[in-house]
Amino acid sequence: MNSWRSLERFLRTDPTDAGCAETFELLDRYVERQLAHGDAALRYPGIAAHLSNCNPCVQDFEGLVAAIGGPAGSASPEK
Amino acid sequence: MTSARPAVPESPVSPDHDSGAWVRGLGASGPAHDETVASLHGLLLRVARAELRRRRAQLPLAGPELDDLAHQAAADAVVAVVRKVGEFRGESRFTTWACKFVIFEVSTKVGRHFWQRPTVAMDGEDWDRLPDRFGLDPARAAEWHDVVAALRRAVDDELTDHQRRIFVTIVLNGVPLDTLVAELGTTRNAIYKTLFDARRKLRAALVTHGYLDDDVSRQP
Repeated sequence: MNSWRSLERFLRTDPTDAGCAETFELLDRYVERQLAHGDAALRYPGIAAHLSNCNPCVQDFEGLVAAIGGPAGSASPEK
Repeated sequence: MTSARPAVPESPVSPDHDSGAWVRGLGASGPAHDETVASLHGLLLRVARAELRRRRAQLPLAGPELDDLAHQAAADAVVAVVRKVGEFRGESRFTTWACKFVIFEVSTKVGRHFWQRPTVAMDGEDWDRLPDRFGLDPARAAEWHDVVAALRRAVDDELTDHQRRIFVTIVLNGVPLDTLVAELGTTRNAIYKTLFDARRKLRAALVTHGYLDDDVSRQP
């Protein structure tokens, strides 16, 4: 194993990477799919590729998972 | 970069009961609309506060300043949700769809906060930070020294001025991407795309000069 593997990994780009805008557009569906079936990466491979490279979008993904895992996930307007 | 939509479109769906109530309330007029907006604000404020608590280890602020950020994020997210509710297609629960706006607003506010009170240098070009940034072991510097030198030449020779600025600010100076978004008044997607193109060009240059294989990295 070479000693600059992390640098090499950073420089490697995935042509299927969906980018931040598309990831935001689909993030709600991606998160629900992941929580319900665990296969969001198969259904949305471009989002999965993006989330393996974009820390800000990973933060948003983890934040949305945390948010809808709590009481907010089933709230109705009356609550 | 390519579209992330599934090859097989998802079937059109009707919003679930709760989601339908949210959409009808936001589309109503008078007290019904106001009550729904107030409920939405309450929900998004709770989520913003929870999200800021979740991220607090990375944030140099607490107490009233943190709560002020939560209020700003919730208020802006409510505006975004009310403006875009006509685009909601019921492909997720309304609350999931709405929460992504407040999570994004939290990211935006945190990025802007760092820009207004920077904790790292936004300018300058300190290549001495690169080994630490990528966990390069000083004891094995003989193995990576030439690669880093080649990378530096490629940054100077191959990147546009804009790509170089983005690369240096994020990679060398460690400025959060959302902070650079605030500084440049652009979008996260635009900065990411610029960095994506820079990474691709730099890797191609290292491959051309024999430091990396076309598919797998060169063994030392």
